[in-house]
Amino acid sequence: MRDEDTLVRRVPVKDELKKRVVKGPDGLEFEVDPIQDYYCDARPEVRPGSYVRIVEDLFNWARSESLWILGFGTGCGAIEMRPLMTPRFDAYRYGIQWRPTPRQANLFVISGYLSVKTLKRAIRSYEQMQSPKYVVGLGSCTINGGMYWDSYNTIKKLDEYLPVDVYIAGCMPRPEALLAGFEELKRIIRAGKAEGANLYAQNFDWYKANQKRVIHDWDMPDYNW
Amino acid sequence: MTFDWMKIPYALLTLFIVLNYGLLLTALIQKIGARAGRRHGIPIWQNYVDLLKNYALRTHITHGVMYYLGPVFRLSGGVGLLLFVPSIYGSEMFSNLSFAGDLILALYFIFFGTLGMALGAGESGHPHAAIGVSRGLSQVTAAELPLALAVFSVALQYQTLSVTDIVAAQQGGVAHWTVVTNPLAVAAAMLSFLGSMMRPPFDVVLAPQEIPIGPPTEYHSSYLALMQTNRAIFPVAKMVIYMNLFFGGATSWPVFFVKVFLLYLFSAFVGVVFPRFRVEQSIRWFLIWAVPIGIAAILIV
Repeated sequence: MRDEDTLVRRVPVKDELKKRVVKGPDGLEFEVDPIQDYYCDARPEVRPGSYVRIVEDLFNWARSESLWILGFGTGCGAIEMRPLMTPRFDAYRYGIQWRPTPRQANLFVISGYLSVKTLKRAIRSYEQMQSPKYVVGLGSCTINGGMYWDSYNTIKKLDEYLPVDVYIAGCMPRPEALLAGFEELKRIIRAGKAEGANLYAQNFDWYKANQKRVIHDWDMPDYNW
Repeated sequence: MTFDWMKIPYALLTLFIVLNYGLLLTALIQKIGARAGRRHGIPIWQNYVDLLKNYALRTHITHGVMYYLGPVFRLSGGVGLLLFVPSIYGSEMFSNLSFAGDLILALYFIFFGTLGMALGAGESGHPHAAIGVSRGLSQVTAAELPLALAVFSVALQYQTLSVTDIVAAQQGGVAHWTVVTNPLAVAAAMLSFLGSMMRPPFDVVLAPQEIPIGPPTEYHSSYLALMQTNRAIFPVAKMVIYMNLFFGGATSWPVFFVKVFLLYLFSAFVGVVFPRFRVEQSIRWFLIWAVPIGIAAILIV
């Protein structure tokens, strides 16, 4: 059995992230610690839904019919999103829209293989999204590594790093498969079972340990809103 | 001075009608734009669902007081614009809170939301928001010039600053509309109209492909929902002003709906035909093409 800790290779902190003293325009000197000052690192909390069942059902219906996808293509699978926006498949008909900023999006499509470098960005984007938020793993690479199963710098099981709601298998899955996957996601949301954000908050330590095991240059707070 | 308190529920009724009309109208215009691209586009009720979804989000974060107030200012700009201008001419019920000098107040309200948004988006601290705000303010300022000139021209023509009086002067057929009696002012105002509708060729402020998504980059959940509500109300309120000043106003809701739709369609039509201007191009375009027409309108009147 391997000792995981011996695998961790410490990478020196980047210059722009080091603690430093800055002189303000009024001559006042103050200390800046980018990792502490520029982020909110409060732990995520479990957010229960509305206590009234019928209200929560209504909200879940609205969430399912208004899926805003984060426009962040992580791998080659992002190419399959373009036909969805354009006349051939036109996913806008099903209430699926693309938003350019994680703040406004609530569906993160991990489109294909995820290199460790991209995983770091994917985690930051995911944590900036507002709850409830959903993750769809697109392509075989997110399920078991796919054709990258023995690659030195891609992750294999996405579910160990982010809570995945739906996997869409294939290499590549066609846009029709994506649409079917989104319909499946809608069904899960309407049933009130798409609680990935709460799952992430509940098992926060486990997810962080997994993430830090592969990301060696972890130069950000544990949770960056 | 006496105040008829019944005006307040009547004005809220106008607000309710305009909100629903605006939500459906923006979706319809988006569908029309999608059809131009051979798509079907969003369902007609999509805006309602998006609003509900955004209000129902479980977490939201803030960047400070101005960040809170930005969407509030924006919405009050839209609502204020609507409430102080008569929406249906000759109807006691839908004359809202209009008064003798409401034209000046309306001009102010058109700008008010943009300023509030600039402060709020500035505090969010996102570089894209700052870029969007600087682009937005310079473009809106340039687009506001011809509108102000056209409004002054119309005010000179009718010798009044009351929107109700201006509508009254245009009654009695198309030949009495400002668009016939003072075509230069209307031309300047319609060019300015294009600049403030956030559609191509003047949509560089939001420009989702290059500065995602401009001022509202950091806005989410109920903040964003407030801004979406304003996105439904403000264009309609603005088109009410245009309809009243230039196109004879409306004497009933069906006429109101048709005229506002046609005005919106004008900007949508230009939008699907022309590609996007850079911000310095659009400012130059307003100064070269729209402002001289506005000045000519004042000189001729």
